[in-house]
Amino acid sequence: MKFGVVRFPGSCDEVDALLACRRFGEAELLWHKDRDLDGVDAVVVPGGFSYGDYLRAGAIARFSPLMEAVIEFARQGGPVLGICNGFQVLCEAGLLPGALLPNHSLRFVCRQVHVVVENPDTPFTRACERDEALSVPVKHTTGRYYAPGVPEEQVVLRYAPGHNPNGAQDDIAGVCNAAGNVLGLMPHPEHAVDPLTGSADGGRLFESLAMPEAAGSAGRAGFRIAPVA
Amino acid sequence: MRVRVLIRPKEGILDPVGQTVEGALPALGFEGVRNVHVGRLIELDVEDASEVPAMCERLLANPLIEDYEVVEA
Repeated sequence: MKFGVVRFPGSCDEVDALLACRRFGEAELLWHKDRDLDGVDAVVVPGGFSYGDYLRAGAIARFSPLMEAVIEFARQGGPVLGICNGFQVLCEAGLLPGALLPNHSLRFVCRQVHVVVENPDTPFTRACERDEALSVPVKHTTGRYYAPGVPEEQVVLRYAPGHNPNGAQDDIAGVCNAAGNVLGLMPHPEHAVDPLTGSADGGRLFESLAMPEAAGSAGRAGFRIAPVA
Repeated sequence: MRVRVLIRPKEGILDPVGQTVEGALPALGFEGVRNVHVGRLIELDVEDASEVPAMCERLLANPLIEDYEVVEA
C-alpha cells in the first residue's frame, strides 16, 4: 500500500499524516501544483489552512491542479481520506455531501473526543468493529457538519453522546460518499497513532486502508462504550 | 462594470454570529432588533456581469449553505 499525502500552501498536519501512513505502508507527499498522483493507492487530504482558508475553508484548494487529479482518482474508485481541512476541501469539491459551518460556540475547540464507528464496512474502518469507540483529538473552528438528507449508511463515525464539539448535525463526525471510497472526518486520527500521545486509536483508519480487502473486524480489541438506553 | 455580491447564510441554517450580534445590541440600548444575519460583501469589476452568477455558484458562495444576490453598483 502506497499512501499519498497532499501538501497545500497552508497545510499543517501533512507530516503527522505521512508518519501515520508510514506505520502501515509506504507514503509520500504530493505537491498541490502537480497533476500526477505518482501511482499511489490511497490519497490523504490533511488538515491545516489550505490557501489561507480565504473565502471559505477549502474553497480555493478544491481548484488546485492536484485536486483535479484527486477528484478523478476518487471517481474511479480510489480511496480518499480527508481530515479536518481535508474534509472541508472534499465537501467543496463535491466528493462528499454537505458543508462545514462555524462551530456552534464560534470558538476554536481542541480536545480529545470519542467517536463511535457506525459503519465498519468501508475501506477506512474495516479494522474496526461496529459501535467501537475511538479516542481521537479534534481541533477546529469550522467543524459543524451540515448535510440535509444525508443517508444514514453514509454516516461512518459519530461523536459519542456528550462529545459533539461543534454542533454537528446528528453528531456526525465522519461521512463517506455513496460509493464508500471517500471519507471525510473532523477528528484527527493522524494525531492518535502512538500511546505516547494518549491514544493509538486513530491508527485503525490507516491500518484499515492498508488491510487486504477481504480482511475485516480482525483488528485489535478496542474499548467499547455502553449503548445509550 | 462594478458589481457587488451579497452573500448571507441560507434561511433556516443556524447563524451563531447573527445571534451573537442580536444579543449584543440590546446591551447598548438598541431594543426591538430581530433576525440579525451576518454575511459577506464581495465587490468586483467585471467585463461581463452575466458571468457573475456562475462565479457565485462555483466559487464565491456555497449554494448549499449560502444565498447570494448580485447587485450592479
